[in-house]
Amino acid sequence: MFSYCSDPSQLEGLVWMSCYLTSGTHLLFYASFGTVFLLLALTAPAALALGYAGALASRSQIAPLRWFGKIYTSMVRGIPDVLFFLFVPIALDQGLEWIRHQFLCDSDAPVRQGNDFVVCPAAKLPLSNAAEWVHNAYGLTLAVIAFSIVFGAFAANVLYGAMQAVPRAQLETAEAYGMTPRQVTRRVLVPQMWIYALPGLSNLWMILIKATPLLFILGIEDVVYWARELGGAKTSAFTYPHPDWRLYYFLALLVFYLLMTAVSERVLTRVTRRLSRGQATLGGEALGKEAAA
Amino acid sequence: MSCAQTIIDYGLRSIGIGERLLPRADYTLCQQFTLIGSGLIWNLYFAVLALAFGFVLANLLALGKASRNPWLNRPSDAFIFVFRGSPLFIQFFLAYELLVLLPRAGIEIFGFTVQTSWMTRAWAGALIVLILNTAAYSANIFHGALMSVPRGDVEAADAYGMTGWTRFRRVIWPSMMRLAWPSYTNEAIFLFHATTLVFFSGFPAFQQQGDALYYARYFADRTFNPFVAYPIAALYFVLATLALIWLFGRVNRRLNRHLPGTVRRLRYRPLLMR
Repeated sequence: MFSYCSDPSQLEGLVWMSCYLTSGTHLLFYASFGTVFLLLALTAPAALALGYAGALASRSQIAPLRWFGKIYTSMVRGIPDVLFFLFVPIALDQGLEWIRHQFLCDSDAPVRQGNDFVVCPAAKLPLSNAAEWVHNAYGLTLAVIAFSIVFGAFAANVLYGAMQAVPRAQLETAEAYGMTPRQVTRRVLVPQMWIYALPGLSNLWMILIKATPLLFILGIEDVVYWARELGGAKTSAFTYPHPDWRLYYFLALLVFYLLMTAVSERVLTRVTRRLSRGQATLGGEALGKEAAA
Repeated sequence: MSCAQTIIDYGLRSIGIGERLLPRADYTLCQQFTLIGSGLIWNLYFAVLALAFGFVLANLLALGKASRNPWLNRPSDAFIFVFRGSPLFIQFFLAYELLVLLPRAGIEIFGFTVQTSWMTRAWAGALIVLILNTAAYSANIFHGALMSVPRGDVEAADAYGMTGWTRFRRVIWPSMMRLAWPSYTNEAIFLFHATTLVFFSGFPAFQQQGDALYYARYFADRTFNPFVAYPIAALYFVLATLALIWLFGRVNRRLNRHLPGTVRRLRYRPLLMR
């Protein structure tokens, strides 16, 4: 990156370090932190939306929809999230390829042949001649969907609990005014549930941050992948030979995540304080007394 | 090959007893059920031992955090901050890298050679990480419970002339456990599920002896079919989780037995406090 880096074998000490830390692969390593933020930015709203739908489904009057909602929200209690992260991307990938196989291929051969999953080249996802970034983006998309499904189920639990926590009298009053069930939900239930949902959602955000390194299991070139690649011992055949430094790379990751969670905790505490203002909860009343004193 | 023979061959494969070679052809349902179930031994091993040791350590940490002595509460706070604030997955990698730094030949202490190579194996190294991790989360739960022990309980103990250790052991600690138990149950479930991470992090699966998810992935990779092996593993985990909830529910009833009518059943519903 710097002009003096052209011959690293002549360099020493801090200068060597400055060249080492700005090498091409290191820039990819830094970019992979962007992947973490991208995953968080995409998963959080998607999970919230799925959670909202799941919570409403669990309260539905229609029995099959309610059963679906209940199963969706309770599955994460018994099954480890890692299992979903392994299962969902490959299941989705095969599902999509199977659908494309039905339309794009003119062969009648079954998709499953013994221990192989065979579709014609036209049905492959992404196509084998696609650019590398398409492959990466496809992998990341599947990962985001897997994360959203798991965290959507968690969020559905939180939101369902929050909807149950809204005082019954509020909903009955709305009904007494002649509102339909839809109107009760939209005008009374949903605006009031957020303060009850906030502690659970904050916690969920922390769990989500701490789940981001699991991208590595999904085969994405994320921070863990690069920490292992770059940290491993490099012989003199490499431009920057060094012994096994993986310990330091993982220490850096540890510090990164500690910072992420510490900052999040501060922000969430402030948001909770803000939203408690004027609410008929203990937190809200405490704030009121503080202001009066 | 009959199913009974498969069970004899692979039932204890995950702990190195029985057939060495994993199945390489046909991959019958019986083989998948047997091997994945065999892997569950590791998940149970990690969960039971981590919870047992972690429970003791968590109590000490919670008391340390509540202590007024800065030499006790600062280290406890720092420990809890580090282990709760960072992902378990990174902790596994970091611990593995630390443990391989130990000298291969062992450490000389007073003329004895202490072997250290076993520390890098999953059964010891990953267990240590899990113990420390669950201790941090549980300590936070226990500290919260300790802070909300009713003042009346403590005053009643004072009125009986109880002090120090007796007061703690007979009044404060039981109340603390009673208050913490629903959250602690939740933590136990999280930890049990987190044991599936062990063989996906730095720790190698020695002679292909892995946990339930390790074998599920083995089958899914070989058969290119995720729709059989993963649901089998999921089924095992749901059953084990239900058993865990039942067991913790029994303890909860016992902790609350002096308070008729206040026992809240531990329900199969995720409390999201971790």
